[in-house]
Amino acid sequence: MKKFLTMFLLALVAFGSSAETITIAGSTSVAPLVEEIATEYEAKNKNTKIVVNATGSSAGVKAVLDGTAQIGMVSRELTSEEKAKDIKAISIANDGIAVVVHPSNQVKDLTIEQVAHIFTGKITNWREVGGKDSKIIVVLRDAASGTRGAFEELVHKGKRAVETALVSPTTGTVRTTIATTPSAIGYISLGALDKSVKAVTINSVEANEKTILAGTYKIARPLALITKGEIKGSLQQFIEFCLGDIGQEIASMDFIPVNKGQ
Amino acid sequence: MESTLKLKEKGKNIYLHQQYFLREKSFTGLLFLTTLLSASIIILIAGFVFSEGYPVIKNGLVKMITGTKWYPLEGVYGVWPMIFGSLMVSLGALLIGIPLGLGTAIFLSELAPPKIADLVRPALQVLAGIPSVVFGFFGMTVVVPLIRNTLGGSGYSALSGSLVLAIMILPTIINIAEDSIRSVPKELKEGSLALGATHWQTISKVVLPAASSGLLTAIILALGRAVGETMAVMMVTGNTPLLPTAETNYSLLKPLLIWLQPVRTLTSNIAIEMGYASGEHASALFACGIILFVLIMVINASATLLIKKKVSR
Repeated sequence: MKKFLTMFLLALVAFGSSAETITIAGSTSVAPLVEEIATEYEAKNKNTKIVVNATGSSAGVKAVLDGTAQIGMVSRELTSEEKAKDIKAISIANDGIAVVVHPSNQVKDLTIEQVAHIFTGKITNWREVGGKDSKIIVVLRDAASGTRGAFEELVHKGKRAVETALVSPTTGTVRTTIATTPSAIGYISLGALDKSVKAVTINSVEANEKTILAGTYKIARPLALITKGEIKGSLQQFIEFCLGDIGQEIASMDFIPVNKGQ
Repeated sequence: MESTLKLKEKGKNIYLHQQYFLREKSFTGLLFLTTLLSASIIILIAGFVFSEGYPVIKNGLVKMITGTKWYPLEGVYGVWPMIFGSLMVSLGALLIGIPLGLGTAIFLSELAPPKIADLVRPALQVLAGIPSVVFGFFGMTVVVPLIRNTLGGSGYSALSGSLVLAIMILPTIINIAEDSIRSVPKELKEGSLALGATHWQTISKVVLPAASSGLLTAIILALGRAVGETMAVMMVTGNTPLLPTAETNYSLLKPLLIWLQPVRTLTSNIAIEMGYASGEHASALFACGIILFVLIMVINASATLLIKKKVSR
């Protein structure tokens, strides 16, 4: 029903009503968040219609550059090449992933390379990273999970995760598995962290909102909107809406809002 | 005068008869309707699963069944590790559950003092009513650590799955086996005892053979339940989509070591990945459903065949 309504409204737009359309394209991780914010925005600004396409970060950048989308969505840092092209990125939220072990594990800190080697199967014993002599039990999420996708992109850069790892269907079961298995290691999004498991520091940096905002915690990524050149009018208004109270409240449900503590 | 009264009586009888006849008919019709509805639901589900899974099946069913790699995001759908996992976990459950279940059934039907039987039977009924997620949680917090601490590894293994499933299929085995042992005619037993056979000889040589088709049904139904169970298995087997292997110099130890490896069953494969799957990946999961469907049909058909053979002999 809602879809039909949107289509109907889009048709109205196409036939020259006074409404304005903003096209947003890019990262599949950012798209659900932007879509939710857009729904709220549309409810408040009846004259603006927002179309969100989840196509991937790089496709988003390209779309903004060639003008097929007014706003792009990216879930990674811009490359230096992209930065040179008159593109401005505005972070609207942050996504952090904690690497967790059993509370009794002696290992407190891992470098990001060590984490990558553990999850790709190069390091298989806790002894190799300063722990007890016991086999590391790796716990992954299921193949299509967004957390796993982000983790593989950020930590082992597209290399395949170790095949003998256990697989858990939800963040909750990952946590329970880690909490009950002394030599296990896994990852969960920062929002799901609690006392039953221990988050290790990565390159001596603790995972929390501050370090993620400061950019020192490495297994995190900004969820950003990008625009080309000067922006004004409804585009400016929408981005301000994302950074405003309502937008950030929506962001805080699944991610770390950017205006925290300011 | 009299004759008119008789006629009236007769008319009333005919009327009543017609009424009964109508009622009979309408009930037959109603029951037929319910049967039709149940049957069409099965056909509907089967049709849906087959049509959803078809796009992947038509790209090579054999390749899918024999493939050993499951990389759904790269379009590689090898299901053999999951078929192997399902069979391994279920057969393991039977290996543990059958001796326990049949033993209990024989004890309850032949040997148990009525007081004890009256205590055990309701307990078993409660066991049958426990939701599978509770069994899974029990497995995760009790069975998995137990295996990790005694036999090593992570504890998340085919063996954990078999143990949890063995408990879950116990009520099925015990109930059906006990019923079939009870339904063995008394005369057979009395004849055997009268000929001087001991109680145990009577049970093992007369009662159990006579009840064998029922015992077989119990085992097959338990196997069906084991293959189809999802939640409890998913929580304890580790769900690694990989053929389990073990390296050891003692070939006798190998099966046990393989049993200690994590596996993924067909049902868990569907349950774990369905939430995020789309397009061809989702289709591949439906194809897993088809394989599961066929597997269970084969189990049921072979059971029917076995029982028929037994009866005709």
